[in-house]
Order: sequence, then C-alpha cells, then structure tokens
Amino acid sequence: MLIEQFNPLEDKMIQVMDENGEIVNADLMPDLKSEEILELYKTMLKARTIDSAALSLQRQGRLLTYAPNLGQEAAQVGSGYALKKTDWAVSAFRELGMWLIKGWTIEKIFQYWYGSEWGSHFGEEIRLLPISVPISSQLSHAVGIAMAAKFRGESDAVIAYTGDGGTSQGEFHEALNFAAVYKTPNVFFIQNNQFAISIPSSKQTASKNLAVKALAYGMPGIKVDGNDVFAVLAVTRAALEYAIKEGPVLIEAYTFRMGAHTTSDDPSKYRTDEEVEPWKKRDPMLRLEKYLLQNDLLKEADIEHLKTSFQEEAMAAYQSIEHTSDTEIEEIFSHHYAEMTPQLEEQLADYLAFVERSQR
Amino acid sequence: MSNKINIVQAVQQALYNEMTLDETVVVYGQDVGVEGGVFRATVGLQKAFGSERIFDTPLSESAIVGSAVGMAINGFKPVVEIQFMGFIYPAVNQIVSHVSRYRNRTRGERHLPMVIRAPYGGGIRALELHSESTEAMFAHIPGLKVVIPSTPYDTKGLLISAIRDPDPVLFLEPKRIYRAFRQKVPEDAYTLPIGKAKIVKEGEDITVVTWGAMVPDVQKAVSTIDDISVEIIDLRTISPMDRETIVESVQKTGRILVVHEAAKSFGAGAEIVSVVNEKAFLSLEAPPTRLTGFDTIFPLPRGEKHYLPTPERIAKKIREIAAY
Repeated sequence: MLIEQFNPLEDKMIQVMDENGEIVNADLMPDLKSEEILELYKTMLKARTIDSAALSLQRQGRLLTYAPNLGQEAAQVGSGYALKKTDWAVSAFRELGMWLIKGWTIEKIFQYWYGSEWGSHFGEEIRLLPISVPISSQLSHAVGIAMAAKFRGESDAVIAYTGDGGTSQGEFHEALNFAAVYKTPNVFFIQNNQFAISIPSSKQTASKNLAVKALAYGMPGIKVDGNDVFAVLAVTRAALEYAIKEGPVLIEAYTFRMGAHTTSDDPSKYRTDEEVEPWKKRDPMLRLEKYLLQNDLLKEADIEHLKTSFQEEAMAAYQSIEHTSDTEIEEIFSHHYAEMTPQLEEQLADYLAFVERSQR
Repeated sequence: MSNKINIVQAVQQALYNEMTLDETVVVYGQDVGVEGGVFRATVGLQKAFGSERIFDTPLSESAIVGSAVGMAINGFKPVVEIQFMGFIYPAVNQIVSHVSRYRNRTRGERHLPMVIRAPYGGGIRALELHSESTEAMFAHIPGLKVVIPSTPYDTKGLLISAIRDPDPVLFLEPKRIYRAFRQKVPEDAYTLPIGKAKIVKEGEDITVVTWGAMVPDVQKAVSTIDDISVEIIDLRTISPMDRETIVESVQKTGRILVVHEAAKSFGAGAEIVSVVNEKAFLSLEAPPTRLTGFDTIFPLPRGEKHYLPTPERIAKKIREIAAY
C-alpha cells in the first residue's frame, strides 16, 4: 500500500519520527519490540563508533583511504535491518551500518580498508557483495542475482545501494530498466547524501527528486527521510515485500554526508558551515536517542557505556588484523583463475627467485 | 553419431548440448530468443528450452554482462551474446571492472562461470563497427580468457569447455567464416582444452601463427607454395596463450610470421613476437614478422578489401621471410 500510494511527483518524503524524537506518523511506525528498537540504536551507535575509530586510525597512518559514514547511519541500518538473512545486499562503498547487520565482521571491514583482498573474503554464506568501486556498476549484479532467485522460485529479494551521483551513470539506467522489464525482486536504494565528492545534487540532476526517476522505468519510486531510522525501515520493508510480489522499487533516502567523501578530500573547499549546520539538528542518532530517552528505553549513562564497549571492540578488531595482513606473494598470482596459467606461474617463479636471492 | 555442420551451427549445437546436460546454463542477449540470433546461432533453442532459459533482453550491453555476473554469483552459468564485437564497449566497464576481477577480489570465494559470446572480424561488407577484431584489448586484461575458434569442430569443443570453465571466457566467433565450410562434428558434447594451440599443418622451414577467419586464408596461401615447408599454428586461445607450441615450432623452423586481422601496433602479434624473442632467440634465422590489418580504422565495405591480409600477401610474406 505504502509503495503504491506514494507519488514522487508531489516531492514529499516519508517521515515517521521528527528531529525531536516524536512519532509524527504512527500509522507507518514499524511494529517493533523494545529490544528491536534498542538493537537498531546499538547497531547505529556501533557503526558510528567504528567509523570514528577508523577515521582516527587513518589519521595515525594505520588505515589507508577510508570513506566515512557519519550522518548516514539511519539510512544504512534501517535498510539493512529490513532484510531477512536470505535476502541479498549489493554494496556500493558507504554502507557500514548495513554491512554489520549482514555479518561482514569488523575485522574483515578493517582488513579491506587496510589494503587486503582478504577483507572481501567474508564467507560465501553471507549474502552480501563486496565494495564496488565503479559507481553504480554493481546495480546490474543485483539484477542478475534477483533474476536467478526468481528463476528458482525463491522468495528472496536483493537490495542494491548507490548514491545521488550514481543516478547519473548509464549503468543506473541500464540496471533499473532491466529489472523493471523482468519484474525482478530488486530494491534500489539511493543514499542521497547530496554530494558526489564535491558535486552537489543540483549539478547531478534536473529532476525534482531522485525517486521520480523510477516512474520512467515503470516502477514505484519512494522518497524517505534518510535520517529517520523508523521511516527507512518501514519503507524498505514495504519495498522488499513489494519487490518479491510485483517487481523492483526505487528508494531515495534523503540524508547528508556530514564528513568527507573519503579521507583524501576536504569538504570545506566545496561547502560552507552554514550548509552543514542545519543537518546537525537532523542527526539520525540524536533523534533516536531522544526517542529512547523519552520512552524510558535508555538512560544517559548507558550511552557512554555502550560507546566505550564498541570502541574497545573496534580497537580489538583492528589490532587483530594490524601487521598480520600483509599479502603473501603467491596470493597476488593465485586467485585469477581456478588454476594458474603458465604465464602466471613463470612470473611468480621469477619474482620469488629474485626475492630469495636478494634476501640471502 | 556425427553430422556435417558449419561454425554457426556448431555454436548452436554446443549451446543445445550444454543446456540439455546442465539446467543451470541459461542463454540471453539481443534477438537470441524468438529470432534465434541475427546470425542464427541460437535458432531453435527457445522452442527446445523455453523462454525462461533462453530469452531476449533490452538493448543494453552493460546490463546483459552485469546481470550475468549476478546470475553467476547466484548459481547459474549464463552464456550471453553481444550481437557484434563492435557493440561490446558499453559492457567494457563490467568486463574489466568486475567479470575479470571477482575471483581475485574475493580471494577465490566468488568466481564467475560465465561466457560472453561475440561475433568478430571483418570482410562481410558490413556497416561501421561491425568488422573489428579487438581481441588484444581483452587479452590484456588479467583474469579473463579469450578464445577464438576457426573450425566447426573446434568451435563446439571450445565453447563447451568455456561453458564448463569455472572462470569467465570471452568467446569470439569469426563471423566471416560462420558458413564458409562444413565439417564432421560429433553430435554429443565433447571438450577441447582452452589454452592449447593446434598445429594445423606440420612444416620445417617457417612457422605461421594465426587464428579465426585468417586460418583458411593462411591455408590457402600455403597451398600455393610448394618449395617451402610451412608449419601452420591455429592459436585458438588468445589468452592464456599457448607459448609452448609456438616456441617449440620456432625452435624447429627458425622463422615466424604472425597473421592477424587486427591492427598491427600493440596487437596480439606483438605479444607472440616478444615471446619468441624471449624464448627462442637463438633459434631465429630471420626477424619475427607480422602481417596484419593496418593501424587504421577498419574501412567501410568499399575499402575493406585493402585492409585484410589476403592469401597473396601472406604467400609473398612467407617467401620473403624464408629467403631472408
């Protein structure tokens, strides 16, 4: 119902909880037990704590380039929480909260940003695809996974992530069109954080909003307050259900990237403090905390306690991979084909002989 | 049981055999379903296997290849068709960024058993971008295999191997000789090894390495030469290249000519000549030589007869090298 009724041409967005932690749309409030609400909160807080640990590790030179998540925790956790274990998730690169829910461990996530392919070797049983660097190129993989699931008559859906910049890619168009034609169980989830590195959404599209793009493909498009975890969860749940029964859905989660694109850029070069300021009040953690405190689900003291324990968990995870993650020479060669080609064998042997000689 | 079929029929038969034997094999692309392919390579398959296992797609090369990545990850063996090699470029992002990389990216956890078929090569009086042979572009990509057959027998055996391969294969079909000749081909499935060249004709004086639609042209050239003993190697797999067969042959003959349709500079011929220089330098009695397409854009039909190496030019070049 929610999905069919929404008209993105009206340029509104779905909100359940406002900036003060008040439920403003009780009809859409997802049916959640207190423990589940706390779990949402803890996952968001965990994501934020890991994110901040990663940033400081990067500044110390102990992690390499890193893409921070600050401000987008509700979009990531709300959408990830809507998935059942057998649903697939196809990553872009800024979905830390969702990754934690799907079971990509903190160790493995750090290992990825530490510069090792082993970070993306996280268990075939985890229905999550690794980070995809070329923007929106991962969306058609999600379509193929969904085609396969539908072919076998399974009732699993596939969520795939991209950003506002990703909607300008040809691959975005091809994937959404393909999915709509075959009515595959896909949910395309745009984290509209309003910047593609330095390019604001106004330079990315002339569309009224991003959800409206769905209409041309013949699929529903729905815009949600991406900083409202309840709204994101409600919309994603409805979208997944719709996708399995009817076909693909496009979700635009309207949010804001509080930090840099990656640790290699400096946002002060392309946006002002005045632009960032209002979003501090819309912080997804802050409003969920307000809700929890108002409803006696959490005490102030718990927050610090949780933060400390997540910080310890993050550092322990990092320490477990630091210095142990250097790539063995053979590994560079041995995972290109099921069997190494004679060319690879020869190049490996040559290099190993050189290394051995120079170590003598 | 065997029957006499041409290359395009061999493609169809390989697909038919594998779809019969393995229900995870699916075939899709533009016009492959109802129409049976613009070259008729998939004719009759939709009738035999239904529109779930062989189907038409939107005009969307990138999504065709990208969705095959997803299907391969989720338990299928997709064989997708790109209608002409000249139209593969929208899918290059997928091929270079994902198809070739998934196994390594995930340290072997996720690999892609998929085949991308595309007719390639010139000489069919076609429109722009219907004549190219850019196999070297793809052979340069780590993690891909690039196969080019030149006979119906090899086409069937190599395509079946490609479908059964746990890794992605770009399977390029020489469309100029799709229907050039027939050959006895077993009706049942069989495989031929990827990465193995074939000595088409043994000889003592000079080695000619070629592939695809140039193989019959080289044979024709050699048939006009009585006084030089020419060894012809059909490379069959561009990458990973069978260096052993080439090197052994050159160690015997001391001379090598590479013949290909693609542009000369940075082509697969350059790789072959390098391998020979590295591994058979002391056996050489003449400079390793290439006879190829020019470093020009493939001419439209009014000019294409000048572009492709002809049997006459090949024969002349063989004589020059033999006389060096």
